[in-house]
Amino acid sequence: MSAAGSSCFHCGEPIPRGLDIHARIAGRDEPVCCHGCKAVAEFITGAGLGDYYRYRDTASTRADEPQRSDRWAAYDRPELVERLTRPEPNGARSITVLLEGLRCAACSWLADKALSLQSGVLDVSVNPATARARLVWEPEKVRLGDLLRVLEHVGLRPHPLAGEPSEQLALLERRSALKRLAVAGFGSMQVMMFAVPLYFGAATGMDPAMREYMRLVSMLVSIPVALYSGWPFYQGAWLALRARSISMDVPVSLGIVLAFVASVWNALTGHGEVYFDSVTMFVFFLGLGRYIEMIARHRAGSVADALARLAPMTARRVRDGVTEDVRAVEIAVGDELVVRSGEVFAADGVVVEGEGRVDESMLTGESNAIAKPPGAPVQQGTHNLAAPLRVRVTAVAGDTVLSGIVALLERAQAERPRLARAADRAAAWFLGRILVGAAIVFAVWWFVDPSRAFSATLAVLVVTCPCALSLATPTALAAATAALARRGVLVAHTDSIETLSKATHVLWDKTGTLTRGLVRVEDVRTIRDIRVADALALAASLEQLSEHPIARAFAASGAASLRASEVEVHPGRGLEGVVDGQRLRIGTSSFVAALGGAATTVDSGSRDAADSSVSHVYLGDAQGLIAEFRLSDPLRSEARDCITGLAALGLPSEIVSGDESTAVARIAERCGIATHSARLAPRDKLERLKTLQVAGEVVVAVGDGINDAPLLRGADVAVAMGRGSALAQTSADLILVRDSLEDLPRAVELARRTQRVIRQNLAWAIAYNVAALPLAALGFVPPWLAAIGMSLSSVVVVLNAMRLSRGSRQQRRPAWPANTQAEAA
Amino acid sequence: MEILYIMIPLGLVLVAFGLWAFFWATGSGQFDDLDSPGWTVLEDDKAPPPDDPSRKGDSR
Repeated sequence: MSAAGSSCFHCGEPIPRGLDIHARIAGRDEPVCCHGCKAVAEFITGAGLGDYYRYRDTASTRADEPQRSDRWAAYDRPELVERLTRPEPNGARSITVLLEGLRCAACSWLADKALSLQSGVLDVSVNPATARARLVWEPEKVRLGDLLRVLEHVGLRPHPLAGEPSEQLALLERRSALKRLAVAGFGSMQVMMFAVPLYFGAATGMDPAMREYMRLVSMLVSIPVALYSGWPFYQGAWLALRARSISMDVPVSLGIVLAFVASVWNALTGHGEVYFDSVTMFVFFLGLGRYIEMIARHRAGSVADALARLAPMTARRVRDGVTEDVRAVEIAVGDELVVRSGEVFAADGVVVEGEGRVDESMLTGESNAIAKPPGAPVQQGTHNLAAPLRVRVTAVAGDTVLSGIVALLERAQAERPRLARAADRAAAWFLGRILVGAAIVFAVWWFVDPSRAFSATLAVLVVTCPCALSLATPTALAAATAALARRGVLVAHTDSIETLSKATHVLWDKTGTLTRGLVRVEDVRTIRDIRVADALALAASLEQLSEHPIARAFAASGAASLRASEVEVHPGRGLEGVVDGQRLRIGTSSFVAALGGAATTVDSGSRDAADSSVSHVYLGDAQGLIAEFRLSDPLRSEARDCITGLAALGLPSEIVSGDESTAVARIAERCGIATHSARLAPRDKLERLKTLQVAGEVVVAVGDGINDAPLLRGADVAVAMGRGSALAQTSADLILVRDSLEDLPRAVELARRTQRVIRQNLAWAIAYNVAALPLAALGFVPPWLAAIGMSLSSVVVVLNAMRLSRGSRQQRRPAWPANTQAEAA
Repeated sequence: MEILYIMIPLGLVLVAFGLWAFFWATGSGQFDDLDSPGWTVLEDDKAPPPDDPSRKGDSR
């Protein structure tokens, strides 16, 4: 499919063949992929906010199909809202809302404007970095439920957060890191300024008093850098040592402290070299890397956020015949809850009344809805699709299945081998090099001149950690992190770049990663002479009262413009009803053909008998079949290329899915993946991962669902999709924010390039030191040459690292198809 | 060169002032969101408010 013309105006996803939906925008008909996107696009432009499409720089999230049930009704009840929100002056209330689908500054502008247009809204502050909005409103003028509906109408899924102290903590952490970074930045620039005259003064002859003065001033400026900016490293090192382990902070702190103490000693005694420039630059670049990393981590959010998105904050409880809305925390075991269709279960329970279907895909990966007759268990966080259910609560809070998965996730994190391994290697290498060198020098000097052994050893400890060497790794990692971010890959843990470059195996969850995770009408084949749009309209009208995932696929692509009556559900086969005076059936071919009496054979050459039942749906009347719809959770268009690309890089792929085996096998075949296993519980996936790791493989896991979170936590490198669940993102090392798989092979490539650059940098820096130090010590290198060499070696290292970001800019594609359309509009 | 004995402390005072300003700006939230405030200047003030009140609160 060509990028222009066939992708959705709103979300940029390809438009299924045969589909013809247009949104009326600024007097022009723009193609959209579903009715959800149509509604959102028309609402946005209708509210005078069409500028959004001109200014956004990534496509929007695909809109949900229009909701038939109102999930915000509870937020219209003042007494409940009062308990969930915080009081503000003059009777106003405030709440923090997490906005799913907030992807760029234009999205936050849109949320801000859409809310500000409502009367009664006093203040809106949207933070795109954390995807949170704080609302202040007057409860007498506008209901919270209305504000949440407005957000949903502009295509952002709001999740109200209660309390939310963690957000405040994250903000303070960011501010404090920024201050420490500023001190290191200002400090290193100042010290550099004093270092240059010191180097050249040594060459041309400098007044000893002035030299003393410069060194003391450098020391003065370095003190806040070493103490204040370096403090987080010391803290981290201390925590690691107290836990009897070694983290990257240990050698870093050792390096900073040794170099700083030696420099202070030399500055005060007036002989020997000072390395204040190295110390401050080291602190600055390491701090910069940490800061970028922290921003990415905060964006990914915390486990608490993820739970807030999954489990609803309110529930409808029936007690002594009275129905009331209560906060989810007030529910106790034995309570009875009414869960209407479209709502999410607030606790685990057993159905006591009603016959429903529940979407459990977030827990199990199973894409078909599960029937829930009375007596069947239901889980917290799953989605009630069909009839209202009355549920008796069997488990709350920490005892639910959802909490169990979160607990599993935390345990997998604790057992995580890779962090410790990677840090151990780095630390051993770093420490070993320094200590062996120092010991040799100390031993040699002990025999030659014991009185100078201490200062000479200090000099070696410091000199083996000069500018070029100390900058080699941090600059490359900072450049790689920034380059990946520009390509749409967020790095939440910098050390994962190293691990990614060594990866040998990729584990995929199917739903939401290789596929889009949504059942859609992919193709329409008309059997009788009828327009595609009319066939879709008939089907959507017939399906409009159903909440089955198949019905939702039709609702997304066809307008339910006609009235359906006498609709009857035949479970497992289809629906029958009267639309527009016509008796129609929709469902399996035999069921539909049976309406005509004759056993009409279906000629569908390409039909695969092994396909799962959701794939083909037929529409027919008494005269026979009218149309055939091919429904599927479509494979991402870039999936095959991604798998091939990874294989070319030496990374074989494997699918571990919770879905049924025929669907998994079909997807595997279409992407060219040989190994696959189906119907796996989160625990089984983790088991498979462990087996691979024991066999010495370095495993990358790609997932998007809640059920993938333990797998992601255990993997050597965890990759989450940008539109995936929040819980998966909190476990991830890398997040594909553009939601495009083609970023993955490129990330692997860049990671390998980064490792090459780090190795080149280290080799260069060591070679320079090894060559220059003995020569300088023996008097063969005049000081001015040493000064130039010193600066040059650092410049070479920094420039080499910068190649990582420059290369990516050249390769940058025109990016997102929707962008070009938005500009054209 | 004796002037340096005055110029460097003066420079340090300026750096200290710059740092103080940066700390103040950070503390007052100037760096909390670097992206979205830039968009506010692009807003058209004359953009008509939604004159379709039926839309508001419409829950379909």
